[in-house]
Amino acid sequence: MSRTFKDAAIAGIGATEFSKESGRSELQLAAECSLAACEDAGVDPRDIDGMITFTIDNSDEIALGRCLGVRDLAHTARIPGGGAAAAATIYQAMALVNAGVCKNVLIWRAMNERSQYRFGQNPTNTGGYTAGHGTGSLLWCIPFGAMTPASWGALQGQRYMHTYGVTNRDLGYLSVQQRAYAATNPKAWFYNKPITIEDHQASKWIQEPTLRLLDCCQESDGGVAFLVTSLERARDLKQKPVKITGACQSIPYNVEVISNFYHDDLTIMPEAWGTAKRLYAQTGMKPSDMQAAMIYDAFTPQVFMQLEAFGFCGKGEAKDFIRGGHIALDGSLPINTHGGLLGEAYIHGMNSMAEGVRQVRGTSVNQVTRRKVDNVLVSSGMAGAILSAV
Amino acid sequence: MSTEPAAPPKPTRIAPIVTPDAKSFWEAADREQFVGQKCGDCGIFTFPPRPMCPHCHSLKRLEVPLSGRGTVHAWTVPRHPHPFGFKEAPVVAVIQLEEGTRMVSNVVGVAPEDMRMDMPVEVMFEDTMNKHKVPVFRPRSAA
Repeated sequence: MSRTFKDAAIAGIGATEFSKESGRSELQLAAECSLAACEDAGVDPRDIDGMITFTIDNSDEIALGRCLGVRDLAHTARIPGGGAAAAATIYQAMALVNAGVCKNVLIWRAMNERSQYRFGQNPTNTGGYTAGHGTGSLLWCIPFGAMTPASWGALQGQRYMHTYGVTNRDLGYLSVQQRAYAATNPKAWFYNKPITIEDHQASKWIQEPTLRLLDCCQESDGGVAFLVTSLERARDLKQKPVKITGACQSIPYNVEVISNFYHDDLTIMPEAWGTAKRLYAQTGMKPSDMQAAMIYDAFTPQVFMQLEAFGFCGKGEAKDFIRGGHIALDGSLPINTHGGLLGEAYIHGMNSMAEGVRQVRGTSVNQVTRRKVDNVLVSSGMAGAILSAV
Repeated sequence: MSTEPAAPPKPTRIAPIVTPDAKSFWEAADREQFVGQKCGDCGIFTFPPRPMCPHCHSLKRLEVPLSGRGTVHAWTVPRHPHPFGFKEAPVVAVIQLEEGTRMVSNVVGVAPEDMRMDMPVEVMFEDTMNKHKVPVFRPRSAA
């Protein structure tokens, strides 16, 4: 069969429960969420012909394919950069379908990053350095006591905060909104547990004077998966198709993942500016075409800088944008309506992209109803996608 | 009771991870020399060290002494979890060096409450485990 350009769509999403102790192997979590995504779509998992994840995932492609009974895999990829590559999975799946080389692409992420090991603790292995993480943190930060993602995230955010007069309290209003979303999301770890700005300000310093506990994402056990196929085929499957209107990656010169201190201007996130520029060029869309956004929130300052990069507000204006209620459900741009990585779970951005799909389908527990949801932006900084209703 | 002075405490800071392309930087640090990588053809400074100049693609690397002066571009005190190898939580900072490059290091000899953005600092060296040294920075007068 000859290859022709095909539009791509997300036909299925699947997830395990999000917990602090899953009680089963990471591979089992991967298999469960992958099966759930296939069942959501109505696709036989044996027909998966592409498999994509990103680095720092411990499940092997072959082992997972062996669980699902995958008959004939045509493509595998493991994208560098950890969570920064979350949305790049959508990009690659789209490209494979567009090119006509894969019909059913599975994207997965599954980890026991709370019960089996701790993602936010000091590293236990500094013996070796391997490529594929997109960061020099191990080489250039560890001997100085900057050993955790929060320490790198604090250094990344602080110049921005200093330049625009953003205080830790300003960051707190983002946490309060996201925890309000989580409080009404039964799948969220922090379901029924909203916080006040005083709670945020009373939480302990993780990185003084920048990040408090409630500025940091969780450590979670769980898995999330997507099934991507052609839009044409998705129309005949179980769910309302969610078109991948555009998706891309952007890694500008001298940018690295999170220990990102070497590019010219530390008051911006150049990778997110690059992703925005490429995504808007690819789709012909603009910020006002989005009715919601799911923005990678490992640490609160990253959301501020991405809101500005994607043009939802001007440089230095994110604190007023957030404080002014724009990100609430009745605001101009509801964001992270599942509670985000702070409130729902930290499945490295994948659970946020799943919420993007639900908003387009109209099935979120915190559904945007003020306007019809035609387009949702999902961003992991170094990559992004626009998901659309058809 | 012994009258001999107590041995200085053994360094607990983690030793640098030395890759082939950063070997000269860390070997110089062991000699308490602070060097940067400069292109032997076009003269630009680069950090982190790399085998090729991103500007002119020359492979001629010069390891040249840096002034050791810079300013604090960003800083943080890691409170939780407590960083391994430090008795007290250090001040971690992104140092903007006079030569135009940046690196992560520590600011020593200053309390966190006295830290200021853009404060002038100068290099010194501290011992690590396994008899290595790393460049750290202390406040200097702006003059």
